[in-house]
Amino acid sequence: MSLPFKGLGKGMWITLKTLFKKPVTINYPKEKEIPVPRARGVIALDAEACTVCMLCARECPDWCIYIEGHKEEQPPAKEGGRVRTRATLDRFDIDYALCMYCGICVEVCPFDALFWSPDYEYSEAKIADMLHPIERLTEWLETVPDAPPLEGS
Amino acid sequence: MIAPLLGLEINFWLLLVVKMGLIAGVISGAALVAIYGELKISAHMQSRIGPYFAGGRFGWAQPIADGVKFFQKEDLMPDDADPFVYKAAPYVVLGGTVATFVIIPWGPDLSVRDLDLGLFYLLAVSSISTIGVLMAGWSSANKYSLMGGLRAAGQLIAYELPLVLAAVGVAIQAGTMSLGGIVEAQTQAVWTIGSVDIALPYVLGGQLIGFVIFITASLAELSRTPFDMPIAESELVSGYMTEYSGFRFAAFFLGEYAGMIALAAIASTLFLGGFWVPGVSADALQYLGPLVLAAKMGALIFLFIWMRWTFPRLREDQLQSLAWRWLIPAALLNIAVTAVFKVVL
Amino acid sequence: MTTPPEIMMHLSEAAVSVELETAEMTLNIGPQHPSTHGVLRLVAKVDGERVSEVEPVIGYMHRGYEKLTEVRTYPQITALVNRIDWVSGFANEIPFMVAAERLMGIEAPPRAQYIRLILTEMARISSHLIFASSYPLEIGAATPLMHALRERERILDLLESVTGGRFHPNFNRIGGVKPAAGAGASTKKVSQDLPAGFLDETRVAMERVVSVCDDLDGLVSGNEIFQARTKGVGVIPVEIAKSYGVSGPNMRASGVPFDVRKVDDYLPYDQFDFDVAVGENGDCWDRYQVRLEEIRQAARIISQAIDSMPSGELQAKVPRIIKVPKGQVYVRAENPKGEMGYFVVSEGGRIPYRVKIRTASFSNLTILQWILKGILIPDIIAILGSLDFVLGDVDR
Repeated sequence: MSLPFKGLGKGMWITLKTLFKKPVTINYPKEKEIPVPRARGVIALDAEACTVCMLCARECPDWCIYIEGHKEEQPPAKEGGRVRTRATLDRFDIDYALCMYCGICVEVCPFDALFWSPDYEYSEAKIADMLHPIERLTEWLETVPDAPPLEGS
Repeated sequence: MIAPLLGLEINFWLLLVVKMGLIAGVISGAALVAIYGELKISAHMQSRIGPYFAGGRFGWAQPIADGVKFFQKEDLMPDDADPFVYKAAPYVVLGGTVATFVIIPWGPDLSVRDLDLGLFYLLAVSSISTIGVLMAGWSSANKYSLMGGLRAAGQLIAYELPLVLAAVGVAIQAGTMSLGGIVEAQTQAVWTIGSVDIALPYVLGGQLIGFVIFITASLAELSRTPFDMPIAESELVSGYMTEYSGFRFAAFFLGEYAGMIALAAIASTLFLGGFWVPGVSADALQYLGPLVLAAKMGALIFLFIWMRWTFPRLREDQLQSLAWRWLIPAALLNIAVTAVFKVVL
Repeated sequence: MTTPPEIMMHLSEAAVSVELETAEMTLNIGPQHPSTHGVLRLVAKVDGERVSEVEPVIGYMHRGYEKLTEVRTYPQITALVNRIDWVSGFANEIPFMVAAERLMGIEAPPRAQYIRLILTEMARISSHLIFASSYPLEIGAATPLMHALRERERILDLLESVTGGRFHPNFNRIGGVKPAAGAGASTKKVSQDLPAGFLDETRVAMERVVSVCDDLDGLVSGNEIFQARTKGVGVIPVEIAKSYGVSGPNMRASGVPFDVRKVDDYLPYDQFDFDVAVGENGDCWDRYQVRLEEIRQAARIISQAIDSMPSGELQAKVPRIIKVPKGQVYVRAENPKGEMGYFVVSEGGRIPYRVKIRTASFSNLTILQWILKGILIPDIIAILGSLDFVLGDVDR
């Protein structure tokens, strides 16, 4: 009975060996996997650095970033100089129900106001709650990790 | 039977009700253990953990949770389905399987009823499930279920014959058709070395081919991989069970695992010696017998689970040719050789 | 048309044939079906279990890619395009990037090309491991699924550690790969070069991938039941394969030793030593074996590339706002599913005028009507699985 069914027996041996090895899955949510630092989980905003240049909203393939701002006047730098204007952010919303997690907005921002964070646990029961306003985006800043060391450094 | 064990005189009908309750409990309990075993063993064979949350670290309450879930589901029936046939089908399947538990001997005098025609009754009753499968497939008003039901009809009928013929070989060697008698025949000494009698269970005592044929035919009767064409999850979703949900599906599910337990018990009785272990007296076997039989059944059920999760499935024409062209001639040859040895020796 | 060999085989097995009046049934396989790899609908006319003809209906997943590209800039299209064949995400971006670079007349620096090549071969391993796991599942074996996916997780983790995404890396840029996150005059530019430990982990991952191929050989290829289900089933003769436009491993299994990687130079494959896996008969068994062999060859290429990785920049010098000059070009590449090509017409400007996407699975599926005649229903499932298509690739 062995030689004609050698293939079947070998398959059963492999399955039996795997039976006694440690499993590779973990039990979420009691144990969690830690994603790598570069993982694209959520986008965080540094509102102080933003100058309302609208580049991120323009370059987004899905047009899921909603920005509104206005210009405020500030006193001149020295006496008799020109009145300076500063653009201030009114509204900066990212709609994560539309977001593709492509990262173009983070990449084109000239002022480093957007950062990637590997945090991924922000599911909601209602789709409207997936629109993250300025306050929530600023909260994600704490989860932004340091850049990982590079190969050869 | 149990009455001399307890030393009491019990009314026949009361005893009957008690036995029915015991069997129902045994079937449910054993089915739950088998389901849990299948979930855990298949999970570890695939490098994953399996049930984990229900009931704490090991997930032992998972089958119970599944049972409760099935009970509280909505009762659905397709509009075009034939109502009476649709509703009756799961119970026909379940009934045929449960009826085979009557004659299984758990100890020297511990069976519900040790019929003289035990083997004959067993094989006759186990084919009632085939009709239930056909009923389910036809009445579901679904082309996929129909195909699953027809495939099942062909397969189950084709594999009845090797099952029966393999069991006939055992009956010839034992000289009796009652299961208790078959176990007793396996306790007879085959050789005597010095003053020690060596008795062999039939799997080693000349019925090895019969054992292999019986196991293969049992897998096909249960519609388990590698013979699960009727269910064929990747083609027919669930075959003849597709349109069933809730309690009716639970009845099919229970029927499948009860059938697995029943056939494992019968195979252990016919070929592995049943409740008997060499070197233990008959009195101790009154208490140890069920445990021994459970251990042997456990080994066979592990084999069934192991084969299910390793092998792909055979196409139905390959399946039919395996049955008609290989298993039946081999079983007939087995009978002929057994009969010759029985007469000559 | 000559009778395909499998019909001869089935006819010879019918020892006794009885003339019965049987009616043909129209069976709808899909669009929601466990084995059609997406939303593919097959309208099959069956007589009992034997199929007489099949009509495939596609388009359930059409997302309008070519229309989307008419209003998006090149970086935006790159982000969208890796969702066409979502199983091998990185490989979809490559021909498009090479097309844009050829129109602009620039070439990516060597380090960027090596990184592109390594990630493309990883995408190939990833796609073939998905095939190696789901094909035995459709034949009935449930365990190889988990074994193959266990090793695929390593590849996806490697992809994630470099690019940030497991399935949709979005790592290609015109002129190379993504050099940094943050741009312009920022002082906090974070280089997106390979992270520390990547090369060692890749070596380990390649060893594990080759060892799981050996495991799959023992568990699946050596299995007599699997061989009986796949040998001689779904034979595609060489002439039919060529005339229907079948490409990739399907064509190589029929005996044609053609591989775009050896012919075109969209990536520096000529610097590496690898064999092209070719089959003999063109049945399902050969298609399975060709893909397993391609996993081994891809692991070989990656090992060579890691050992000889040049240093340098990650992207050529390109202006901030990229305007591609006027012209048109067609670039094809060897994707895991077959041959993928992009025909880009540019009128000068940030947005292309027209992008036509030639996908492998669309052409591979045209053979279905020819091949699915006179076979049994389980064979339909076996053949569909062995062609290894994804509906996103078919419908775009």
